[in-house]
Amino acid sequence: MPTLPDNRGRFGPYGGRYVPETLMPALLELEEEYAKAKKDRRFQTDLAYYLKQYVGRPTSLYRADRLTKKLGGAKIYLKREDLCHTGAHKINNAIGQVLLAIRMKKRRIIAETGAGQHGVATATAAAMFGLECEVYMGTEDMQRQALNVFRMRLLGSKVTGVDAGSRTLKDAISEAMRDWTTNVRTTHYILGSVLGAHPYPMMIRDFQAIIGKEARKQILAAEGKLPDYLVACVGGGSNSIGLFHAFIGDSKVKMVGVEAGGSGIVSGKHAARFSGGKPGVLQGTMTYLLQDENGQINLTHSVSAGLDYAAVGPEHSLYHDQGRIEYSYATDDEAMAAFDLLAREEGIVPALESAHAIAHVIKLAPKMKKSQVIIANLSGRGDKDVQQVARMRGVEL
Amino acid sequence: MSGRLEITFQRLRDKKEKALIAYLMAGDPGLAETEQLVVALEQAGADIIELGVPFSDPIADGPVIQQAAERGLKSGTTLRKILDSVKNLRQRTEIPIVLMLYYNSIHAMGYEPFCKAATAAGVDGLIVPDMPPDEAGPLKKPADAAGLPLIFLLAPTSTPSRRKLVAEESHGFVYYVSLTGITGAKLSNVTDIQQNVQKLKKVSASPVAVGFGVATPEDAAQVSKMADGVIVGSAIVKQIASHQQDPAMVSHVAEFVRSLKTAMAQA
Repeated sequence: MPTLPDNRGRFGPYGGRYVPETLMPALLELEEEYAKAKKDRRFQTDLAYYLKQYVGRPTSLYRADRLTKKLGGAKIYLKREDLCHTGAHKINNAIGQVLLAIRMKKRRIIAETGAGQHGVATATAAAMFGLECEVYMGTEDMQRQALNVFRMRLLGSKVTGVDAGSRTLKDAISEAMRDWTTNVRTTHYILGSVLGAHPYPMMIRDFQAIIGKEARKQILAAEGKLPDYLVACVGGGSNSIGLFHAFIGDSKVKMVGVEAGGSGIVSGKHAARFSGGKPGVLQGTMTYLLQDENGQINLTHSVSAGLDYAAVGPEHSLYHDQGRIEYSYATDDEAMAAFDLLAREEGIVPALESAHAIAHVIKLAPKMKKSQVIIANLSGRGDKDVQQVARMRGVEL
Repeated sequence: MSGRLEITFQRLRDKKEKALIAYLMAGDPGLAETEQLVVALEQAGADIIELGVPFSDPIADGPVIQQAAERGLKSGTTLRKILDSVKNLRQRTEIPIVLMLYYNSIHAMGYEPFCKAATAAGVDGLIVPDMPPDEAGPLKKPADAAGLPLIFLLAPTSTPSRRKLVAEESHGFVYYVSLTGITGAKLSNVTDIQQNVQKLKKVSASPVAVGFGVATPEDAAQVSKMADGVIVGSAIVKQIASHQQDPAMVSHVAEFVRSLKTAMAQA
């Protein structure tokens, strides 16, 4: 199997570098610096140190016995990224990129955030290394994730609201790209998912691939065999590619990426790119997009801010076309039911994003044999969503 | 066969004038107004029209052009309707018209159908701000076949090797971005612009036009001394925005464009 992406940042027909010329030199510099860092033992030692001592890796692979029993089929394991410092897998990438920014002598960090988890992770890493940090966030998301906005400010970051377009993740990314274009000489842009122009999709995948590397070892130790299925939610697609990547070559391991079905595909209010989208270019990369016949980007909807995005990482688009990964979706209602179930059966309140993965497990596990094994990525914890869920249920806190 | 761009730059060179390239967002406030504006701006001294195609997610643009794009989309403007407008305009004017559009607008129509339709309508060149020469491959062949020049941008951050690449790949003219930033930012560091334009002119067979941040007649005069053309975008779009409800909007905007050209002529 050839290594992806190729030297032009292509995953088959997807990926690439569709950015203003002003950013091209910075992307080329980043690509070069990342290639050096990858081979640099010192960089790798530093990264491993912070992931272990600061983030708390390896995260556990927890056998969810009560959920397994309840669903009555395959044995279910949860990869507990929710136990990472700051409460989600996003910190794996944030630490890696902050170390890179320091190598490149860039003292100012910017980031976009949807659910706020990437923003919090970046604000955290910036605080720990003493860097200046500004996070762009859609005003709609700021309202949905008010707790995370406050957390970022506590961590010393500036949070700038973006009041354009759908006022969600997509608009935050555009604004961060504009900031980067303006301040590229002094600033490193820490993109939070496997999106954007090369080398971001590759680099962020590499930083997240530790999830799957650990899970592969852990499941072999626990079960003495590889899992039958991997399940993860897909917004931009970083937690899913992080879990899947170490297993891509294991042809017997099936993988399902779960997109946000919102109010249902026919309603048009969703973010299921592989169910309603087609290839195009958005924010630096060629990939599947939700767009109209004129190429204008559609508004998306999901109960979960982290999945509410019109594009998906380009590597996913390739695996979709090849059939290596199956892409499905869970609606808002299904995700909410999964959120409740996991809280009650396992004592784990998942992030609404991760609840989409659990929603798929609820459909999948009963159809499988008891001897079979599923690993679901519990990409984040749900503390940030508790207020929103209470509000949706008419409970005042 | 020489294209309208080439003829225009030659004519200006003969007269020792510099090109004033005026940017309009197509469909802001409506395509009928855009057509009137093109004709009026030509009469007011614009030499080339850069016609923006509204896109939902314009990453290279500042707030002024972003809002104009929103107004354009709201008025129901599509790429096909814009090409129809250019076709209409070709019955009235021979002013070169280049389209400024994001990659996905072309991709959605298809590279070849788009290039054929654009040439047939009378479009003279393409500026695609999110397409560096590195990604131009699939568009290049159908654009060449249709005789449609691809105009690339060069930035203050560009390295010598990128300067060479952009100069080689760009046809019609080279668009030098005056500042490290987005459209509508404030002009800065004029000495840098001058030095970079000089370096670019040494390696470019095409004329060099400078844009981003040129907002006033004084800016235009200053920049016209350094380059073959001056591009004014956000400042014109601002005039349109502030006279949206005014029946004399077209003449207000034309007056502003006339002041730019007058300042350039006196520079």
